[in-house]
Amino acid sequence: MNKPKFFRTFVHDMHLEKLQLSNFRNYENQFFEFSEGLNCIVGKNGSGKTNLLDAIYFLSLCKSSIHSQDALSIKFDEDYTQIEGRFGEELITCSLIRGGKKSFFYDKVPYEKLSEHIGKYPVVLIAPDDTDLIRDGSETRRKLFDGILSQIDADYLKLYLSYNKSLDQRNSLLKQFAEHNYFDEDLVRIYSDQLLATGKKIHAFRKEFVETLIPLFKKHYDEISDGREEVNIVYTSDWFDQNFEEAFHKSIGTDLAAQRTTKGIHKDDFEFWMEEKPVKKFGSQGQKKSFIMAIRMAQFDILTQTKNQKPILLLDDIFDKLDEKRIQKLVEMVDAGVFGQVFLTDARPNRTKELLKNISVKFVEIV
Amino acid sequence: MNYPSKLIEDAVNEISRLPGIGKKSALRLALHLLKSEKNQTQHLSDALINLVEKTTYCLECHNISDSDICMICSSHRRDMSILAVVQDFKDVLAIENTSQFQGKYHVLGGIISPIQGIGPNDLNIESLIERIKANSEIKEIILALSPTMEGDTTAFYIKKKLKDLDVKVSTIARGIPIGGDLEYTDEITLGRSILSRIEF
Repeated sequence: MNKPKFFRTFVHDMHLEKLQLSNFRNYENQFFEFSEGLNCIVGKNGSGKTNLLDAIYFLSLCKSSIHSQDALSIKFDEDYTQIEGRFGEELITCSLIRGGKKSFFYDKVPYEKLSEHIGKYPVVLIAPDDTDLIRDGSETRRKLFDGILSQIDADYLKLYLSYNKSLDQRNSLLKQFAEHNYFDEDLVRIYSDQLLATGKKIHAFRKEFVETLIPLFKKHYDEISDGREEVNIVYTSDWFDQNFEEAFHKSIGTDLAAQRTTKGIHKDDFEFWMEEKPVKKFGSQGQKKSFIMAIRMAQFDILTQTKNQKPILLLDDIFDKLDEKRIQKLVEMVDAGVFGQVFLTDARPNRTKELLKNISVKFVEIV
Repeated sequence: MNYPSKLIEDAVNEISRLPGIGKKSALRLALHLLKSEKNQTQHLSDALINLVEKTTYCLECHNISDSDICMICSSHRRDMSILAVVQDFKDVLAIENTSQFQGKYHVLGGIISPIQGIGPNDLNIESLIERIKANSEIKEIILALSPTMEGDTTAFYIKKKLKDLDVKVSTIARGIPIGGDLEYTDEITLGRSILSRIEF
């Protein structure tokens, strides 16, 4: 059994001091030491800068930000990988076996459930392909907000996992009805009731979360874009219907025909708006990037508030996304101590050294 | 792995198909049998063949049985007014070992999980209803299923199916294990046991 979370000393400068990677992606065996402020990771393209950020991400959130399959994080032609990070007195180990188990350890003691670990060491990642969040379907955006909510509240993660389990069972049942040509109202009703009970709570969580996020998001967007555009995030959900529970039960005909559950929080979306138009269709590349940056900054604020500690900020190739003025602004923020520990990658060390010449920074060179 | 003998290979392959036994353990077992008295192996294989060919399921409760009606169902000492619904044979053994239950059983043979392709029709639920209808002395059904999502679903389903029948439906209590430590009990269990506390 790991130590209960409230035994940790809060409001301290939680930061990653040391990191040992074994067989993680392109790393065979590598040891790193980091500063508690700005760490700048430099190296050629393909040297593994992003992989290093992903290792930190993995250690915090028990999954990769790049690959949805865990096995892809193991070095090619190896059978296991291990990530070990030291946060002050606390040692976190992740071990992953190809075709086997993913385990996390706190001071060498295994967690019984990964959900006990997720969110303990919050991170915020800003990555180049983040604008997928705007382009892709609603699933990507749900994943984004579910990810943040899971980091904030372990109860949300439990609800979310339980909802997905019920949803899988109900969908399998609907398929079996179609395949074997029968219908069992009593059974489908049990799954429906489970979905409605957990779905209602998830909806309340998401609604409250978006209400907290919007003002922070707008503030950051104004800062980044000098208040050029009016932006908004609109949460849409079947649950805004006053009589949703009734509507859900009534939609059983549609569900049977589609062989899946057609209504519920798994259909929610978070629409991104700019000047009363969808960003997806009308936003420029620069506007989209600023939009995502502002969401990430708001995520940073919310995590700082709820965790009483500043998340680790991972900035992947950020300088390629922004113009000089925005970069200068960001560097000023880092210097002023707005963030806690920051990891930054750049393929052009000279540019970075020039940009960061006046502030204290630890360079981590990857060969 | 390469084996010096085809006969050993066949034996290892068959033994390693058993749950919890890998190739190495299987080889160890096969070599052990080869070294021991011949009639010991004969006894083993006789017992296994008898097990598969002669074991039947009780027509009443679907428990594993040597005859058409199992020892529990045919016993006059058992209380016919109370029936414990369990997932499988192992659960009967577990409850029998407590010596706290004098009623009879009904073995479902599984638990509802559409993902694994198990629906109510694959389980002995219909026969439970028939059994209650045919035996008016049955007064109470205890749903003794595991407290998992699938177990709860199955319990809810059976409760729905029994709603028009004149029987009391109860479920086993959930709470802190005897000898367990409060501080190490998970929050959900502890929360449940506070909510469903009993008078002392």
